[in-house]
Amino acid sequence: MKNSFHFKIGGQAGEGIMSSGQIFTKFAARSGYWTFDFVEYPSLVRGGHNTFYATVSAEEVFCTGNHVDLLIALNQETVTLHRDELNPGAGVIFDPDSFQPESIRGVKFWPVPLLKLAQTAGHRLMANTVALGAVAYLTGGNLKILKSVLTDVFASKKKEIIAGNHRAAELGYEFAKSKFLPLGDFLGAKKSLPRMLIGGNEAIALGSIAAGVKLASIYPMTPISSILHFLARFEKEAGIIYFQPEDEIAGISSAIGAAFAGVRSLVATSGGGFALMSESLSLAGITETPLVVIFGQRAGPATGIPTWTAQEDLLYALTAAQGEYPRILLAPGDAEECFYLTAEAFNLAETYQTPVVVLVDKFICEAHRTIPRLAFGRVDIKRGKMALSSFSPAANKKSEREIFPRYRLADDGISRRGFPREGRIVKVNSDEHNEFGLSEESIKNRNDQLEKRMKKTAGLSQLIPAPSLYGPAQAEVTLVGWGSTKGPILEAIKELKANFLYLNWLRPFPAQSVSRILAKAKKTLLIENNYQGQLGQWLKMQTGIEIKNKLLKYDGRQFYPEEIVKKIRSII
Amino acid sequence: MTVKDYETKVTPNWCPGCGNFGLWQALKQTLVDLRADPGETVLVAGIGCHGHMNNFTKISSFEGLHGRPIPIAVGIKLANHRLQVIVSTGDGDCLGEGGNHFVHACRRNHDLVVLIHNNSSYSLTTGQASPTSSLGYQSKSTPEGKKVEALDPALLALASGATFVSRGFSGDVPHLQEILKAAIKHRGLAVVEVLQPCVVFNKDQTFDYYRQRIKKLARPYLKRGGAIRACLAKNGRIPIGIFYQQKKPSFESRLDQIRKKPLVRQSLRNFDWDKLTGEFY
Ligand SMILES: Cc1ncc(C[n+]2csc(CCOP(=O)(O)OP(=O)(O)O)c2C)c(N)n1
Ligand code: SF4
Repeated sequence: MKNSFHFKIGGQAGEGIMSSGQIFTKFAARSGYWTFDFVEYPSLVRGGHNTFYATVSAEEVFCTGNHVDLLIALNQETVTLHRDELNPGAGVIFDPDSFQPESIRGVKFWPVPLLKLAQTAGHRLMANTVALGAVAYLTGGNLKILKSVLTDVFASKKKEIIAGNHRAAELGYEFAKSKFLPLGDFLGAKKSLPRMLIGGNEAIALGSIAAGVKLASIYPMTPISSILHFLARFEKEAGIIYFQPEDEIAGISSAIGAAFAGVRSLVATSGGGFALMSESLSLAGITETPLVVIFGQRAGPATGIPTWTAQEDLLYALTAAQGEYPRILLAPGDAEECFYLTAEAFNLAETYQTPVVVLVDKFICEAHRTIPRLAFGRVDIKRGKMALSSFSPAANKKSEREIFPRYRLADDGISRRGFPREGRIVKVNSDEHNEFGLSEESIKNRNDQLEKRMKKTAGLSQLIPAPSLYGPAQAEVTLVGWGSTKGPILEAIKELKANFLYLNWLRPFPAQSVSRILAKAKKTLLIENNYQGQLGQWLKMQTGIEIKNKLLKYDGRQFYPEEIVKKIRSII
Repeated sequence: MTVKDYETKVTPNWCPGCGNFGLWQALKQTLVDLRADPGETVLVAGIGCHGHMNNFTKISSFEGLHGRPIPIAVGIKLANHRLQVIVSTGDGDCLGEGGNHFVHACRRNHDLVVLIHNNSSYSLTTGQASPTSSLGYQSKSTPEGKKVEALDPALLALASGATFVSRGFSGDVPHLQEILKAAIKHRGLAVVEVLQPCVVFNKDQTFDYYRQRIKKLARPYLKRGGAIRACLAKNGRIPIGIFYQQKKPSFESRLDQIRKKPLVRQSLRNFDWDKLTGEFY
């Protein structure tokens, strides 16, 4: 993580850590830098230690490291907890009226009377803004840009609040200028590019909207709640209904009902909610109803450590729900992929008339980064085979001439979809059914219909993009991973003779290309945020290849590039 | 249209004499009376003997999972509120497995009809006790007799906020038909509990049992208090009829997004991208 600047702010939950952190990254992004940020917090609304990390660089950044150049410590605990992360030459901003930290060798301490200056500016709640003003000076940043961010972030608030925050930033800036030397030129304004600063959840919400989602029925759960917050806030601008169901079973059932009636629908949840939904996944499977399910993993089992990250549910998500039906699972690894793969999930769901699971985790959902502008124009909408307007009921078998043949047998297994409307009777059924959707248990019908369904995705593994191999074609070691480990792995291999086989289409599995790539690898190393090496197990099932070297972490924290570098060094 | 026009070619597979026949007859007659378009009328069923009705009735339908027809129907209605959506559910389906959905659908006052085939038994799975079977009911799951009192669906519907609450008897088709017609016309959540004898498993609540006890209510109450008193069985008499009907905006009618057109008719791209993405710059 060379040439990057690491920022952290820590304090008690409820002290505005998250919003101040986001103001900082927006400030950096607007000043023309690439950024990555995320928060760590316990499952509490007030109290408990919260921290916000950000990494800023003139080059693209994929994650944060576990070291800090500038720390805003709102209490002594923050200094104690993070002292080992402070880089040589790092600095700590603190309020001398609040506590007096013990000195640490090689670390500068900058006392700034945050509260007093905030009161001068108008309100004690503006203390963090005072600190950000000081940060702007210490990092060579432009105060005007910081003020423009404050204007936008507080746009919905009263004028006095915006003016007060401007004043607070100025006071912090001036105070630092009068007392300290800058830390370096880390945030000097550069030409800013049209980049977005966005979190995985918001990218998922936007990807769904770009794909034309119409109904989102989502029950709150960390780490996906901000998907529903975004959709609920922008219902009108997005042209959708956000519906808050009584539970996840209702959520998925309503999404299925809506898809049957003809709209694209979405649900999102974490492991617990997914468990409740699983019977209905299978309902979508047999009724051939398109559906997109966002599954944001967190560290379990059961409630586990609910605000921390994990990749513990891969095997579960791949196989949940009874019976055999075609299953599709995509796993985006960053915000940009969240957007495009979610949009793609809607096309796959409608083309193959089956549920598609999009598997992410807390470290993707709640982390933010700068990415190239997301364009809805780059999202194609493919709705698959639809009822022909020329369809005449008389074309039906004599027996049920007025019923739409929703499950007519077809070579590719994909029947035309029609939605109920005047003059068109559409019947779907969770019991095994014949082409009209009427229950039928005969051997022939059962085989025909089950084989029809299973055939649908036969060609899909040929169509999916080959997995990416990042880094040099020839490498001492090939890393294998998926999901949110992508960022730390990309960061880690920057400095080593290693490459990275990254998988984001997990079912159907691109077995041939994976086998081809791994056949050429000198050594392989599996990296996952779980105990069992679940991708490794799935990969072995699909290709017969076993990856022996493993770096597994299941403490709820994401990987840091340093840990990966160390492991690679130990095997080459 | 005639009753025949609402029938598929599938022969009903209910046991001879089953109370579901009367209910089905009343439903078809009502569709005839209302000239319901068979494509635009959607029957959403759960799993149980009641759910078989989807196969015999020639209208659009969704046979879902045990306990889940209500939330499926909610989704259908949100996507296309021009459809007439009728939930067909059992006492087990609606009040056991799906009780949570029933309470919340009533509370939100979705524009749906919820038709409960109440046979006080889990009939499809061979007659185990259900939430509505009475104290002492003997079955394979309650060999010593049920030790829990019965739940009253109409009372629960009233407490939960349904705006139309009624009870009919499948042995009195014309009366049930009147109720159904009013329920379908009602804009909001309409509960129709149908006393539906299961002639195979429920030896307590038989046709005769009901015939001797039912008492017709003259007209609906506009206040819940009156309706609550009216729906309760008193001195061994079981009231039937429309207990309560109240005009209140349905859930769907409160949504601006679908005031002009149902969701299904709206363009997939009727969004304002700049407004949606403004805060990310
Ligand atoms: C999740 C689930 N649990 C259990 C069952 C088994 N099951 C099918 S129907 C039924 C009870 C049906 O009772 P009711 O809803 O009253 O319908 P009836 O058969 O009496 O019409 C049960 C327990 C199931 N299909 N799904
Ligand atoms: S078991 Fe009972 S409810 Fe089911 S069809 Fe037979 S009589 Fe009707």
